[in-house]
Amino acid sequence: MNIIVCCKQVLDPEAPPASFKVDPGANKVVPPPGVAPVISPFDEQAVEAALRIKDKLGAKVTVLSMGVGLVREVVKKPLSMGADELILLEDPAFEGGDSWSTATALAAAIKKIGAYDMVICGRQAADWDFGLVGSGIAELLGIPCVTVAKKIEVADGKAKVERVLSDGYEVLDVSLPAVITVSNELGEPRYATLKGIMAAAKKQPIIWKPADIGVSPTSIGAAGRRSTLVKLFQPVKECKCEVIEADTPAEAGVKLAIRLREAKLF
Amino acid sequence: MAEYSGVLVCGEVVEGKVSSLTAELLGCSRKLADSLHEPAMLVLVGSEVSNLASQGAALGADKVFVADDALLKEYQTDAYLSVLAKLVADTSPRYILFGQSAIGRDLAPRLAFRIGAVLTTDCIELGVDPQTKGLLQTKPVYGGNARAIFTSPSFPQLATVRQKAMSPLQPDASRKAEVVTLAVKVDPAVMKSKLLQTVKEEAAGIKLEDAPIVVCGGRGIGSADGFKQLEELARMLKGAVGATRPACDSGWVPAHVQVGLTGKIVTPDLYIGVAISGASQHMAGCSGSKVIVAINKDPEANLFKEARYGVVGDWKQALPAFVNKVKELLAG
Repeated sequence: MNIIVCCKQVLDPEAPPASFKVDPGANKVVPPPGVAPVISPFDEQAVEAALRIKDKLGAKVTVLSMGVGLVREVVKKPLSMGADELILLEDPAFEGGDSWSTATALAAAIKKIGAYDMVICGRQAADWDFGLVGSGIAELLGIPCVTVAKKIEVADGKAKVERVLSDGYEVLDVSLPAVITVSNELGEPRYATLKGIMAAAKKQPIIWKPADIGVSPTSIGAAGRRSTLVKLFQPVKECKCEVIEADTPAEAGVKLAIRLREAKLF
Repeated sequence: MAEYSGVLVCGEVVEGKVSSLTAELLGCSRKLADSLHEPAMLVLVGSEVSNLASQGAALGADKVFVADDALLKEYQTDAYLSVLAKLVADTSPRYILFGQSAIGRDLAPRLAFRIGAVLTTDCIELGVDPQTKGLLQTKPVYGGNARAIFTSPSFPQLATVRQKAMSPLQPDASRKAEVVTLAVKVDPAVMKSKLLQTVKEEAAGIKLEDAPIVVCGGRGIGSADGFKQLEELARMLKGAVGATRPACDSGWVPAHVQVGLTGKIVTPDLYIGVAISGASQHMAGCSGSKVIVAINKDPEANLFKEARYGVVGDWKQALPAFVNKVKELLAG
């Protein structure tokens, strides 16, 4: 089995909301000082999904990340969890893209890798929350796609996938190769082991430029965008919370019940 | 160049009816279509859905396309995709709207990439740029910390729309629509993924997304046992229990009660958040609630910023006293 996992480096979505700032002139997010970026959480779950298949059946897991200013300790995390190889699409030309330019570059890189049975992505990235790239890669490669998976089992050249629904899940059979996007219902990603961290430190990522994957610079990054960002802004929130005054939390609980009853809320 | 015209809603059918989300999309499409002076259209894909065209008309559609075939009974990506791709190629709609639902999230991205179009997912506001007739698509980004407005110079433009972000029209049974039955030929060869089984996990009772009162617990609840107290309160108030993603991921409550960006969107009259910090990803699912109550020992918790009433203190002490008092008030 050859599995490719796409991982995006993003601002830490767990950073406190108060530290989040937008530069409205530039339509860009200002990275909070002192907060290290992370692999987008659903993408870490995609790595976990691949490693579970590797544990069971044996597989080569190749991780693909794209961007500029990729922090090595961050993008190497999948290696320390147990992935085998890391390829970075690292060039200013890849920057500033939308779902189209991102899927175009990733699909071209996947074609260049050549041998793959499965491509696994997170269901959506923690920055723009679009949830398009996995499906886009599938369409560009002409292979099937199952989204929002919580379990993947491989047997007889097919994958059996459990896909999360709002009131349960459905089970699908999909022919391989296929793209599968995974959700948090898959379960927590494993921790990196000390051995894994040491092995990852020694591994050098392979770096590809646009010419290496045969894409025109006009189809990737900012030049390849098909959507236009008109405006990025922070919604204004007016705090008008009435904090119930009391000597103990229990007393506050009683007063809260009375207050809500007065307001006819129950 | 094709002449693009009209707003096409890709409808969903739930329990033999046009879904509430589809009704919201139709309400929105009516407004967009009126400002464009172009038709509002609906497509219904499924089995035995032809008789639902009149519901679409009553909810605002001028034209209803029906793709009715036994092979389309259950949602299957490849089959639905082939029907929609053909319809779009034949009719050149200007905008195509989906719900941000299990189906819309899966189908809209595939359709966009298949037809070379741009899609913005999870929109909460849509408008028309009067100059370009482009669709102005407002979407929460960065887990809800910011909002972005997208558009595109090319057509068609696709959007998926968040549940409860738009208002449906009051159904008007006297409204009529032109009904077009699509000749459907699903080629089994295109179906690369096959549905084997659907498993419902949701318990009977009040649906979380429809409940007038929602009692929600976060990471701070700490155990499945802790959630029993929230369940007692919800039962008493005839409401439903929800949870944040970390609480679901910890296995204290089932995954389908997750409220938030990738879970359910709730807009109850009263939302009581217990031991919830109020991360943006969670607020995305509950900030439309009429009244938010926060119980948390951390006075800096983000939930207080969106709450109308707050108790700063340990929920383990505040909640039992609150529950007892509620019980007493309800009895009296």
